[in-house]
Amino acid sequence: MTGAAVEQLLAAKEIVVVCGAGGVGKTTTAAALATVAAADLGAKVLVLTVDPARRLAAAMGLHALGNAETRVGAEAFADAGLEPRGELWAAMLDTKQSWDELVRRHAPDAATRDAILANPLYRNVTGKFVHSHDYIAMERLYELHSSGVYDLIVVDTPPTGHAIDFLEAPERMADFFSSRLLRWLLVPYRSRLVNAASRPFYQIADRALGSAFLTDVAEFFILFQSMYEGFVARARAVERVLEDRRTSFVVVTTLEAAPAHEAGRFVEVLAAKRLHLGAVVLNRVLPSELLDGGATQAARELRARPDQLAQALASARPDAPGPPALVARVLQELGESFLNFAVVAKREAELRAELAVDPALVATVPALDTDVYDLAGLVRLGQALRR
Amino acid sequence: MAIGLLDRRLLFVTGKGGVGKTTVAAALALLAVGEGRRTLVCELDAKGDLAGAYEVGPLAFEARQLQPGLFAMAMDTEASLREYLAVQLKMPRLSRLGAMARTFDFLANAAPGIKEILTVGKLAWETRERHYDVVIVDAAASGHIIGQLRAPQAINELLSVGLVREQTGWMLQLLGDAAVTGVVVVAAPEEMPVTETLELVEELATTGVDLAAVVVNRVLPELFGRSEEEVFDRLAEPEAAAALAEVVGRPVAPVLEAARLAVRLRRTRAAHLVRLREGLNQRSGPPRPVVYVPELFSRSHGRRATNQVAEALAAELS
Repeated sequence: MTGAAVEQLLAAKEIVVVCGAGGVGKTTTAAALATVAAADLGAKVLVLTVDPARRLAAAMGLHALGNAETRVGAEAFADAGLEPRGELWAAMLDTKQSWDELVRRHAPDAATRDAILANPLYRNVTGKFVHSHDYIAMERLYELHSSGVYDLIVVDTPPTGHAIDFLEAPERMADFFSSRLLRWLLVPYRSRLVNAASRPFYQIADRALGSAFLTDVAEFFILFQSMYEGFVARARAVERVLEDRRTSFVVVTTLEAAPAHEAGRFVEVLAAKRLHLGAVVLNRVLPSELLDGGATQAARELRARPDQLAQALASARPDAPGPPALVARVLQELGESFLNFAVVAKREAELRAELAVDPALVATVPALDTDVYDLAGLVRLGQALRR
Repeated sequence: MAIGLLDRRLLFVTGKGGVGKTTVAAALALLAVGEGRRTLVCELDAKGDLAGAYEVGPLAFEARQLQPGLFAMAMDTEASLREYLAVQLKMPRLSRLGAMARTFDFLANAAPGIKEILTVGKLAWETRERHYDVVIVDAAASGHIIGQLRAPQAINELLSVGLVREQTGWMLQLLGDAAVTGVVVVAAPEEMPVTETLELVEELATTGVDLAAVVVNRVLPELFGRSEEEVFDRLAEPEAAAALAEVVGRPVAPVLEAARLAVRLRRTRAAHLVRLREGLNQRSGPPRPVVYVPELFSRSHGRRATNQVAEALAAELS
C-alpha cells in the first residue's frame, strides 16, 4: 500500500486536484505534494491555493494576496536544508480579480465590458455568484495548464458545502447561461412585452423588490448573456481538462465520521464521472500501536492497580523514578491516556475499513505532533505521503 | 458575564469546517431546553449533520418537535420565500405557480443577498414573533456567516423601494441588539481554526452583530503536572521501561509512546489557545466568555456525543 500511488501521480500527471471536506488538511497536503515534487523530482511545479494559513503562506513566500504566481526562493529551501532539483511556484486564488479578467476576456466589446464591471450587481455578485469560487478555481486551473509553463499543477480546492460542488461548477455555469429559464426571465425586458406566463412573477417581484432592482438584475443578465458563448465554450474546455487522463484527483480525509463519509461519497462520484482517482490520503491518523492487544492489556493493568505496580517497581529497582505515590499517579494516567486514545484509534480503524478504496491508492499520514508551517515541515509531510 | 449566553434569543453558531460546530449548536439547544426554554434549532446547510447530532430522521423546513420544548428545522430558502410571500405579503401560496417559484429560486441563486435575506429573515422573524424563547442556528461556516449577517444591510442599500426593503429595518434592529442576537464562534485549538476565529471576530465588529461567546472544542486535558512529567521522563528511559514491562508483565513501550504523543499534541494545542486568548483580549468592547469543551475521546457523533458536549458546556457556563 501507499506511497507508490503518490509517487506515480507526481511523476506522471500534469494536474493534481486535491479535495476533501473542510478542516482535514487539504491546503497543507497540496502544498506538501507540490513541495516534494519540486524538491525531489526536479519538476517545475505550481501550487494553486485558496486562503492558506498565514504561516504556511509565509513559508512558501506568499506575502501578498493576489493572482500572481510567485516562485518560492532558493533561500527558503536553503533554510530548510534543501537544494531543490526543480522549481516551486505558488499562487493564490483571488476570486474578484479572476472574475474581472474573465469579463475582460469574454466581453464582446469595450462598452459591454465597462457596463458589466460597473453594474452594481456584478460588483456584489462576484463573491457569491452561483458557486463562483468553484468555477473560478477550475477556470484558473485551465488557464494555467494551457499556458504550458508548469510540469505539474497541484490545486487546493475551495471549501464548499459539499466537496463535489466544484466538480460540477463548469457544468452549472454552462447550464446557467444556456438556461431557458434565464431567457424566459429576460423576455419582458428585451421586448417590453409582458407575456401572460411571466406577468404574475413581475407583479410580485415589483411589489416585493421594486422595479429599479429588477432592471438592474435584468441588465446584469442581459450583459452577461453577451458573453454566453465564450463562457460556455470555456466551461466545456475546463470539463475536458478535468476528464483528461493527465489530471488526477487526490481525496484527503481524516478518519472522523463526517469527513470520511464525504470522502467516500466523493470517491464514488469520481468513479461515476469517470474521473481519475490518484490517491486517498488519510491524514492525522493515530499510531497503530494503540490497537495492540498486549499494550491495551498493559494500559488496563496500569489503570486498575497503579499502587501495587508502583510498589513492585520500587522493589525491583533501587533507583526508583520517584516517590511511590507520585509514580502510581503517573502509571494510572499513562494507562488512562492510552485507553482514551485507543478508543479513537479503534473508531479510526473502523472508518478506514468502511472506506471502500483500493488499498494500493491509500496513503496514511500519521498524526504529527507539531503543525506544519515551513518548507522543512512540508517536505517531511510530502515524504510521509510518498512512503 | 453581562448577558447570559442563553438569555439571548437568537444565537448564530459558526466556526471553521470540522471543529464541531453542529454538535455545539445541538448541545446549546439541549441546555436551553434544560433551562425550560422553548427552543428552535435550525440547520442552514442541509447536510443533515444536525439530525445526526440528535439521531433523528431528516429535518424539514416545517419545525418538528424532537422532545418537549425542543424543535428542529432545516433551512430551505424556497420554502422560506413561499412562507414570506404568503404571510408577509398576503400572497397566495406559490405551490400552484410552480414555474414562478423556480424562477424565484433561480433569481435567488444569482442575485446577491436574496438567499441570505430569506435565511436570516426567517430566523429573525421567528425570534421577533416570539414563537420560541430562543432560536439557535447551526449557521454557515465562518467563510459565509459574515455575508449572511450583512444581507439585510446589503439589501437595504441595493433596493431603493419595495416591500423587501421595508422589511430590512426591523431585521437590522433585531440583529444589532446585543440583548437579543449574538454569534457563538466555535474553534478548535489548532492553527487554522484559531486564525479563522480571530479573523471572524474582527469582521463581526463590522456587521453590528455582537459576539456572544467563543467555544473552544476538543481541548486536551493536561496529562502530567511538572513533577509527574519528571517521573514520566525517568520511567521512559530504556532501563526503567524494561523494568516496568516486567512488573506489568506486558509490553509498555506503546503506552509510553502514546503518552509522549499526547503530551506533545497538548503542547502544540496549548500554544494555539494562548494565541486565541491574546487575540481575543485585543478585541474592543466588553469581554466575552471563552468556553472550553474537553476532547471527548470518542469520535462518534450522535446523541451521546451531543449530550457529553452539553454537559461540558453546562459545567463551564454555570
